[in-house]
Amino acid sequence: MFPDEPQFHRIVPRSGVRFAITVDGRQVEVQAGDLLISAILLHQSALRRFEFGDGYRAGFCLMAACQDCWIKLGDGRRVRACDTVARPGMSVTTGVVAVNGSANA
Amino acid sequence: MKETIVIVGAGPAGVRAAETLVEAGLALIVLDESARAGGQIYRQPPHGAERPAEKLYGSEAGKARAIHTALEQIRPRVDYRPGTLVWNCFQGKLNTLHDNAQGILPFDRLIIATGAFDRVIPFPGWTLPGVFTLGGAQIALKSQGIAIGKRTVLVGAGPLLPLVASQYLEAGAEIAAVLDVTPFKAKIAALQRMMAMPAMVRRGLSYLSKIRRAGVPMMYGVRSLAVAGDRRVEGLAWTDHRGRRHQVACDAVGASFGLKPEMQLADLAGCDFRFDELTRQWLPVVGAGGRSSVPGVYFAGDCSAIGGADVAELTGIRAALSVLEDRGTPKPQQLRQLETELARHARFRAGIEAAYPFPNHLIDGIDDSLMVCRCEGVSAGDLRANFVKSGAPEVNRLKSFTRVGMGRCQGRVCGAVAAEILAAKSGLPLPEVGRLRGQHPIKPIPLVAGKQS
Amino acid sequence: MDKISVDVAIVGGGIMGCSAALALRKAGLTVALFDKGLCGAQASGVNAGGVRQQGRHVTEMPMTRRAAKIWPRLHEILGEDIEFRQVGHMRLARSEADVEMLEKHAAMAREHDLHLQLLSGKVVQEMFPWVGRKIAGASLAVEDGHANPRLVAPAFARAARAHGADIREFTPVESAQWTGQHFEIEAPDLQVKARHLVNAAGAWAGKFLSLFGESAPLTLRTPNLFVTEPVSYFMTKSIAVCGGAVYFRQVERGNVVLGGGPGWGDLTIERARNRADTTLGQFQRAAELVPELEGLQIIRSWSGLEGDLPDKLPIVGMSRTTPNLIHAFGFCGHGFQLGPAMGEIICELVCEGRSQTPIDAFCISRFDTQAVEQKRTAGATH
Repeated sequence: MFPDEPQFHRIVPRSGVRFAITVDGRQVEVQAGDLLISAILLHQSALRRFEFGDGYRAGFCLMAACQDCWIKLGDGRRVRACDTVARPGMSVTTGVVAVNGSANA
Repeated sequence: MKETIVIVGAGPAGVRAAETLVEAGLALIVLDESARAGGQIYRQPPHGAERPAEKLYGSEAGKARAIHTALEQIRPRVDYRPGTLVWNCFQGKLNTLHDNAQGILPFDRLIIATGAFDRVIPFPGWTLPGVFTLGGAQIALKSQGIAIGKRTVLVGAGPLLPLVASQYLEAGAEIAAVLDVTPFKAKIAALQRMMAMPAMVRRGLSYLSKIRRAGVPMMYGVRSLAVAGDRRVEGLAWTDHRGRRHQVACDAVGASFGLKPEMQLADLAGCDFRFDELTRQWLPVVGAGGRSSVPGVYFAGDCSAIGGADVAELTGIRAALSVLEDRGTPKPQQLRQLETELARHARFRAGIEAAYPFPNHLIDGIDDSLMVCRCEGVSAGDLRANFVKSGAPEVNRLKSFTRVGMGRCQGRVCGAVAAEILAAKSGLPLPEVGRLRGQHPIKPIPLVAGKQS
Repeated sequence: MDKISVDVAIVGGGIMGCSAALALRKAGLTVALFDKGLCGAQASGVNAGGVRQQGRHVTEMPMTRRAAKIWPRLHEILGEDIEFRQVGHMRLARSEADVEMLEKHAAMAREHDLHLQLLSGKVVQEMFPWVGRKIAGASLAVEDGHANPRLVAPAFARAARAHGADIREFTPVESAQWTGQHFEIEAPDLQVKARHLVNAAGAWAGKFLSLFGESAPLTLRTPNLFVTEPVSYFMTKSIAVCGGAVYFRQVERGNVVLGGGPGWGDLTIERARNRADTTLGQFQRAAELVPELEGLQIIRSWSGLEGDLPDKLPIVGMSRTTPNLIHAFGFCGHGFQLGPAMGEIICELVCEGRSQTPIDAFCISRFDTQAVEQKRTAGATH
C-alpha cells in the first residue's frame, strides 16, 4: 500500500494533549497544535493523488500559497492541510480527489 | 474626516503600519489570513504548539516578540480580523472570506502588506512527495517542531538557505547537504555592499560556521539538480561548479530560489507594474513613501519588493506615514529618518542581490519532459510545442492554450517560469511576453450557498 | 507601407470572422483577416463553451441546426482536438410553468428536426441522481454539448491560414470606405483593397457601422464565468435552467465551469472583469440545482467583451447602405455554437449575395427607427 512511511519527523518533542484523528479510516495520534499536514505526513508520505497523471502530492509551500495540499474532510469540507489545525474527531480522506481517467489530462 | 483604513497582512510590515496609525489616533481594520500575527517570518505556531521565541526565531527572537507584542498592545484599538482571506479588490471594495462566510469591505485607504512567497524553479522530481520549498521546510520546523524528512538536502539561492540549514541543525535534524545554486565568487564580490549592514553579515557568517562545524557539505555554484526516486524522494543529484556529478541519499528536499512578492491583491486593485531587470520579475510600481499608482493604495513590506523583515517594519511605518501625510498630517522628520535608514538597507539589499544572482542556468536546463505547472500538469515541452504551433507571443495566451497557471494556485508558482520558457523559445525579451493577469479569487473560495454577510 | 489586394477583407478574428476566412478560402477567394489583438481573445474565447441548440429563438433554428451538423466533424476540419464533447445539454424546469415552457419549446424545435427529450422530475431523479430534488422536469438535447472556447477560434484561424488566408493579428483597422468599385481599408502601415468587406468585429462592430452611415443599438455584454477545482467527473450533462439565471458544465478533467449574470467591462480601455457579487449570487442558485456543487472550491474567474442587442438576436446580412458589405456581429453571448455555420453563411453572402439558410430575421433594418415605430404601433393595436 502507498503512501507508506512517514515523510515528516517530529524533532522537537512537546507535551500537550494527544488525541486521535482518522486518516483514510485508520486512527492516528496527533498532538494539540498539529496542522493537518503534520498529522498526516507524520504517518505517511503523501496527502493526495495528483489528478492529471501518475503520482502523489504531499504539499509544497506550507504557507497557503501553492495550493498543493487540498484535502477533503469527513464532513465534506475541503481544506488546505497546511493551514488547518487538527481537531479531535476529525476525519480525512486522502487520495480521493482523483479524477476519472488520468488519460484526458 | 472619517475614513475606512484597511491593512491587509499582519506580518512585520502590517503590524508596524497599524501601530503607527493607531498612535496617530486613527481607527483601522487589519485583515490577516493567518490565525495568528507575525507573518511568515515571525510566524507563531498554532495554540498548543508554542515554543520559546529564542527557539523559534534564534537571534531574531527580540524582533519577533516585539511584533507580536505590538499587535497585542494595539489590539483593543484596532479591528483586527485574523483568519480572513482577502480574495478580491475592485472599485474600492475588498471581498473577504472568514470561516466560510463571505464579506464585503469598502475602504478609503488600503495598505497592502501581503508579504512574499518562495521563488520556485522546477527541476526533475520537484513535484514528488518530500520536495518542499525552503520556506516550507522552515515553517515545518518553526510552526510544528517538525523536520520535512529524516535526512534532508537544502537547496537555495538566497540568504534563507544558510538560515534554514542552521535552524535545522540547531534543532537536531540531519542535513545531508546544503547546496547554493549561485557562485561563491559572487558573495566575495558583493561583500563590500553587504557590509552596509555589518550585523547582518555577521549573522550570515554565523549560520555558515554552524553548517561547517556540523560537518555538512556546503557547495556553491551547483547546477543540474535532479531528485532520485519514483514515488517519493530517495536522493538528490547535482553537478558541482567543476562539472562533477554528485548524488546523496535523502528522503526530503527543501528547495527554492529566492523570494517573489505576493502581488495578486495589488494587481486586482489596479496598481501599475514594471519589469525589474535585476531580479527578472514584475513588481508593482512603488512611488514616494510606498504609494502605489492607485491613489489611496500603499505598499508595505515584501509584497512590492523583497527587502526582508527589517525593511518590512520600516516600510510598514513609511506606508502609515504616507497615509497620514495624504490625510493632511505629515510627519516629515520621522519620514526623513526612515528614508535614511531604508537607503542603508537598500545598499545592503543590492549586495544580497549581487551575492545571489538569478540562477539562469536552472531555467536553461529545463527539459521538455519537466512539469512546469504542478497544478495542471503542463510540461515545458507542452509550452514550447504550443509556441511552435500557435506562435502565441504572450504568456496569458500561452495560459489560454495550454492551461499553464490555470490551476488552484493561479500561476503563483509557475507563471514566471512559463514566461521564461516562452521568452527563450520565442526569442522575445522576457518583459515582452508579459505576466499572467490577476483574476479573483486570489486563493480558492468555497461555493457555499447563502452565507453572505 | 504594405499594400495588399484581396477578394474579401474581414474585420474581427473571432469565431465568425475566422470560420468565414476558412470557408471563403475553400471557395477559392483570396482573404485577409484583421484583428486589433489576437484571434479568439474576446467573446469567442471567454464564453462558457456551450455548444447548444436548445433554448434558441425560432429564427435561429435553421442556423443552429446547420452548425450542429458541422460540430461533430470540426476536429477533422480543423485538424485538431477542440475538446468538443457531445455530452448532451439539459435544461431544468423548477415549476409547472417552466415545464409548460419546455414543452412548447420542444414542439417548436421538433418542427426544425431537433428532437428534445422531455423528462419528468421523477425520471430526472432516476437518470441523474446528482440533480437537486426541487426539479419539476427537464428537456434533454442529446446532440448538444460543449467545447473549449479558448481553442476553437484560434484553430479556425490556423486552418484558414493553412488554406492561404492572410491572417493579421495586432492589426487594428482604422478606416474603411467604399469607392464604388471596392473597399479601401487602412491599418497602421497597411493599405488594403478588397471587393467585399465582412464586419465581424463583435463588441467593436459599431465603428464599422458608423463608417458606412449605419447604426444599430449595439451595447456591451460581459459574461460572468468562474470555475471550480477539479473533482471526480459526475455531472454527465451540461446544465441550464429555465429563466437562464445560471448555467454550468463539467469538463472531463473535472473542473465545473459556471456562468450567469453580468460581469464588468469597459470597451474604451478594453478591460473586463468577473464581478464578485454576481459570482457569489450564483452560488446559491447552482447549489440548489446540483447540491454536490456545495463546498467545491472556486479557483478562477473571468469575463470578456461581447456585443449585445436589445432583442437578443444577432445582426447577420448585407449592409443597407453599402454594397458588398456584410455584417455578422452582436451574437449576444450565444454565438459560439453558431460560429462554424456562420462562416459558411458569410461565404454564401459573399459569393451569391444570399444564404441558403434563412437569415432575414437578423437584418440590420429591424432596428431602423421606422421599423421600431411600426412595431410599437402594431403592438399597441393588439
